[in-house]
Amino acid sequence: MASVKIPDTKVEELKAICQKFRNDGSELINVLHGAQELFGYLPPEVQEIVADELNVSLAHVYGVVTFYSFFSMLPKGKHPISICMGTACYVRGAEKVLDEFKKLLKVKVGETTPDGKYSLSCLRCVGACGLAPVVTIGERVYGRVAAGDVKKILGEY
Amino acid sequence: MDIVKLTIDDKTLVVEKGTTLLEAAKTIGINIPSLCYMKLEDLNFENKPGGCRVCVVEVEGRRNLAPACKTVCEEGMKVQTHTVRVVNARRTVMELILSDHPAECLTCAKSGECDLQSVAQKLGIREIHYQGEQSHYKSDKSPAIIRDMDKCIMCRRCETVCNEVQTVGVLSAINRGFEAVVAPAFEMDLDHSTCTYCGQCVAVCPTGALTERDYTWKVIEALVDPTKTVVVQTAPAVRAALGESFGMEPGTLVTGKMVTALRKLGFDYVFDTDFAADLTIMEEGAEILDRLSKHLSGDKEVKLPILTSCCPGWVNFLEHNFADMKDIPSTAKSPQQMFGAIAKSYFAQKLGIKREDMVVVSVMPCLAKKYECTREEFSVNGDPDVNMSISTRELAQLIRNANLDFKQLADEDFDNPMGASTGASVIFGTTGGVIEAAVRTAYELYTKNELKKVDFEELRGMEGIRQATVDFDGLPINIGIAHGLGNARKLLEDIKAGKSTFHAIEIMACPGGCIGGGGQPYHHGNVEVLKKRQKAIYREDAGKAIRKSHENPFIIKLYEEFLGAPLSNLSHELLHTHYFDRKKKIEI
Ligand code: SF4
Ligand code: SF4
Ligand code: SF4
Ligand code: FES
Repeated sequence: MASVKIPDTKVEELKAICQKFRNDGSELINVLHGAQELFGYLPPEVQEIVADELNVSLAHVYGVVTFYSFFSMLPKGKHPISICMGTACYVRGAEKVLDEFKKLLKVKVGETTPDGKYSLSCLRCVGACGLAPVVTIGERVYGRVAAGDVKKILGEY
Repeated sequence: MDIVKLTIDDKTLVVEKGTTLLEAAKTIGINIPSLCYMKLEDLNFENKPGGCRVCVVEVEGRRNLAPACKTVCEEGMKVQTHTVRVVNARRTVMELILSDHPAECLTCAKSGECDLQSVAQKLGIREIHYQGEQSHYKSDKSPAIIRDMDKCIMCRRCETVCNEVQTVGVLSAINRGFEAVVAPAFEMDLDHSTCTYCGQCVAVCPTGALTERDYTWKVIEALVDPTKTVVVQTAPAVRAALGESFGMEPGTLVTGKMVTALRKLGFDYVFDTDFAADLTIMEEGAEILDRLSKHLSGDKEVKLPILTSCCPGWVNFLEHNFADMKDIPSTAKSPQQMFGAIAKSYFAQKLGIKREDMVVVSVMPCLAKKYECTREEFSVNGDPDVNMSISTRELAQLIRNANLDFKQLADEDFDNPMGASTGASVIFGTTGGVIEAAVRTAYELYTKNELKKVDFEELRGMEGIRQATVDFDGLPINIGIAHGLGNARKLLEDIKAGKSTFHAIEIMACPGGCIGGGGQPYHHGNVEVLKKRQKAIYREDAGKAIRKSHENPFIIKLYEEFLGAPLSNLSHELLHTHYFDRKKKIEI
């Protein structure tokens, strides 16, 4: 059975988003975009409502959600961690930093730790190339991060 | 008609505008290898994602090779289909596909019928120069279908048939890149989805990624168990297709050989689902007349049209998608289940054995029947009326296992009493057949006159939706026919909107009806095969001495000795069912 119950008012808001796009199946991506803004992520129940409203198959909705890395089916953690994977960050070792986060948090990219504290994602260039590699946690920006710093950074939360 | 002129391999040809290079080449006898592409002429199925690139050809003046399945012929085009460049490109893409495919041909259920295997052979692939990680997915075993997505090549034929032909929408491409695969929403198993088990995805899958749940070994176990009396029933459409598995021409009727083979396999009684189809007509026909006469006398409670209910794929579709209309179909069970119920009551009593000591096996063109016989309402104290259902393909496998030379077998007759059948029951195997059989009986029961001509050509054909008006001596009866669930959906939407003017509608889940069932020998995209099977079915009907269900002497006897009359209490108990609201909520 459904794991999350969405409050009725939110359901109405979601349906309003669908209506804004005339319940048109070809607007699925835009509707999902709006839905993710509303909920922060796209749990199965939200996808089901979208499928019903736009009269497209649930499998298709899920297909689109899993195709675009922008969409997430997991709620964001209390402290969302983003690692910049732009070229500058990448060549200066962002991948090693990412691996360290994955190792310490025991999650993959796009996932949230079971206690809901952290979620991990990658970003394209955030425009702070001078500070590469760049990591953001919530609103805070960390520059010139090395894999060895990760433990200390996490310790701040 | 607009035409274009072009040359393919230095031959000049003229084709209709819009023709693809693949189709054009075929008209001059050049079969360009293809893999993801499949088209079922007249059945609203065309899959051309242009993804595999096995079909590439060289077009003069173009820098890149062009996929023949997707490239439309243009005036003056010069095309080469097997230059060294083309052949190398094909081999490269094939090797890349194979590098992420388990090399399990020796034990794969699809071996010998696999399009991937045959293209690899055609291209003479002997070595795979690319090595990389292979993708792995969890396997999914439903009562009817097994999904082994490690063998999926992402041709997306299954997705196209499930979405566009059946409009069930269970399957979609999900994820991206290396992890991309076709799956139900949330990668649920099929039995948690709204899958109808029609098996059309299995029928079009080029590889062993989608296959039927195989029960052949369970059948063998029952056959060698000395405490069991094993009874087999064979559906009408099986006899019109089984021969293909042994290299016989499509459309060859192999009824007699099939009976002989089943006897040699060791079944104690070789019976016919056709017998139960005649019984279905008795019950369904009586129900149609009952509802019709109440309706004509102004009873507002009585709902029309009445819908046939012998196809479990269609019943699943109704229960998932149109549950609010679940009191419209006839309550008559499918012939498979009627057979089981009568075999384990009437016939078991005749033999003086307990129902638990009888094993009923069905041979079906159908994968939905595998699921149907597991439904709880079709068992008594945990003992199913039909113990297991195998497909036409699985029967062929059993015959091969037993080392029988099928083509050389003599013709034998079914056993009595449950092997006797009429022409009306045979045509259950094709779209339009069930309703024609019902009309033959309902006409005579209603008008009390003898039917002069039993052939109703107006009900036959391959059109997805057909309609005809049959004259019941002054009373016009409007009949609708739909095959393929997408077509069924249209008629159902009309009923829902109050726009339907039909008195009775026949619905079959599979395109063509059971002759095109998900358990039949693979057609490899050739619709002619289905048409030949359909012709064979009508030939078998025409050749029968008795062609109306109510004249089957063993059916008459069954009512006299056991059931009483159609729609009697006992008939209701054994031969009728009801439907459930199974609109699925997501469970993950
Ligand atoms: S069996 Fe039919 S309904 Fe189920 S996934 Fe395959 S095509 Fe779709
Ligand atoms: S499961 Fe079969 S039909 Fe579906 S995409 Fe994979 S290979 Fe193609
Ligand atoms: S049309 Fe025939 S083969 Fe297809 S699901 Fe229905 S009963 Fe089975
Ligand atoms: S058959 Fe043409 S691209 Fe696959």
